[in-house]
Amino acid sequence: MSSTLAKLYRFILIALLLACGIAAERIGLVEYLSDPWEFEYLLLLIRQHIYLVGISISMALFTGLLVGIVVSRKRFRRYAGVVMYIVGLGQTIPSLAVLAMVMSFLGIGSKPAIFALFVYSTLPIARNTLAGILAVPSSYLDAARGIGMSPMRILFEVELPNAMTVILTGVRIALVINIGTAALGYLIGAGGLGDLIFTGINLMQPEKLLAGALPTTLLALAGDYLVELAGLVLIPRGLRLAKT
Amino acid sequence: MDIFGFISSNLEQTLFLTWEHIWLVGLSLFIATITGIPIGIAITKNKRIAAKILGSANIMMTIPSIALFGLMLPILAVFGFGLGKVPAVIALVLYSELPIIRNTYVAINNVDPALVDAGRGMGLPKWKLLKEVEIPLAIPVILAGLRTAAVMNIGIAAIAAYIGAGGLGVFIQQGIARSYEEMILTGALSVSMLAIVVDAGMAMLERAVTSSGVKLERKNL
Repeated sequence: MSSTLAKLYRFILIALLLACGIAAERIGLVEYLSDPWEFEYLLLLIRQHIYLVGISISMALFTGLLVGIVVSRKRFRRYAGVVMYIVGLGQTIPSLAVLAMVMSFLGIGSKPAIFALFVYSTLPIARNTLAGILAVPSSYLDAARGIGMSPMRILFEVELPNAMTVILTGVRIALVINIGTAALGYLIGAGGLGDLIFTGINLMQPEKLLAGALPTTLLALAGDYLVELAGLVLIPRGLRLAKT
Repeated sequence: MDIFGFISSNLEQTLFLTWEHIWLVGLSLFIATITGIPIGIAITKNKRIAAKILGSANIMMTIPSIALFGLMLPILAVFGFGLGKVPAVIALVLYSELPIIRNTYVAINNVDPALVDAGRGMGLPKWKLLKEVEIPLAIPVILAGLRTAAVMNIGIAAIAAYIGAGGLGVFIQQGIARSYEEMILTGALSVSMLAIVVDAGMAMLERAVTSSGVKLERKNL
């Protein structure tokens, strides 16, 4: 029963792929992309998109980890609830609203867009770093203290490795949201793949639209996969074994 | 900047767009709930299918919303629904499936097997077991999934203004196009307020439907 279903699932996947290929040809996507000038432009937009995402996510990683680690220290731990609340509230605000607000205060261009992306992706990273470190069992910390580890070593050798799975989930959410929001960056003049998507919608040119939407989707899926790969390196083997 | 002035002179439009936004999100959430919860319950019976469905829904969530609108447009255009409310509602339903299915699945799976056994021992038929034991215990987690979906949908519905679905995103879209700052801020702030209010409301609902026995147990932990 379930093996038949699995076969059906595979069959549907292949059929979908074929249908997509036929659709791409029929709509004119293939023709559009074989135009050297348009292709060059697409590459430029992809580079712009990666630039927006790359800068903002690296800044967000730094700030998010820093905030998460600082707030989880004993001295600041009583503020953890407040920080979590503020971060949660910030995550509730829609991405387009964040971009629009940033635009009306900082103007247009890639700098305001990077700022908005940075703020928006710092939130999940900070939240998960804090939650991950707070969830480390206190018996581990006691044991570490008992064998005479300094607070610095406890942080890097006990707390962070144990929290890494949760932290990486936060990074993955941040990265995927970031790539999607960067597509909206076009609206405030930051370029990126949103250029083709919005122009395609406005002109009702499906080939242009798909030339923007497909790479954006692939970028998001690749980002998702990249963080998963990072997990293989960053999550200690012992913890991975415990999970399976 | 005079946001209140803008709202009071465009009160009718503001109210209409807010209503439109709530309508879009509400309808899609309703469809996603009546399809997602049964799917979530059904897949608890088969782990392999569960993994596949959750995996597909997960990939769905990874697709950026504006890209999904773009990908659907040529397909739906064949049926004459390329722009407007139909593609917006379809996308919103697809996005809210994952949190709803996943939370239902996890919640039902996490019901203590001893309690299910006890119910079976009392001679409850299968559907009654579901209705009187599993669902009441799972409902807080299912509602948490609905809350995630609702907040996310409010944000995506704002983007849907660009494919002509209406809603508060129209203020942002038109405001950016005209460099009309009050309009942009009114749109951005009202969408954010809507999301925050819905989030808080769903959190209250979550507390209200948790059965008092479960609450007591949590307090004692």
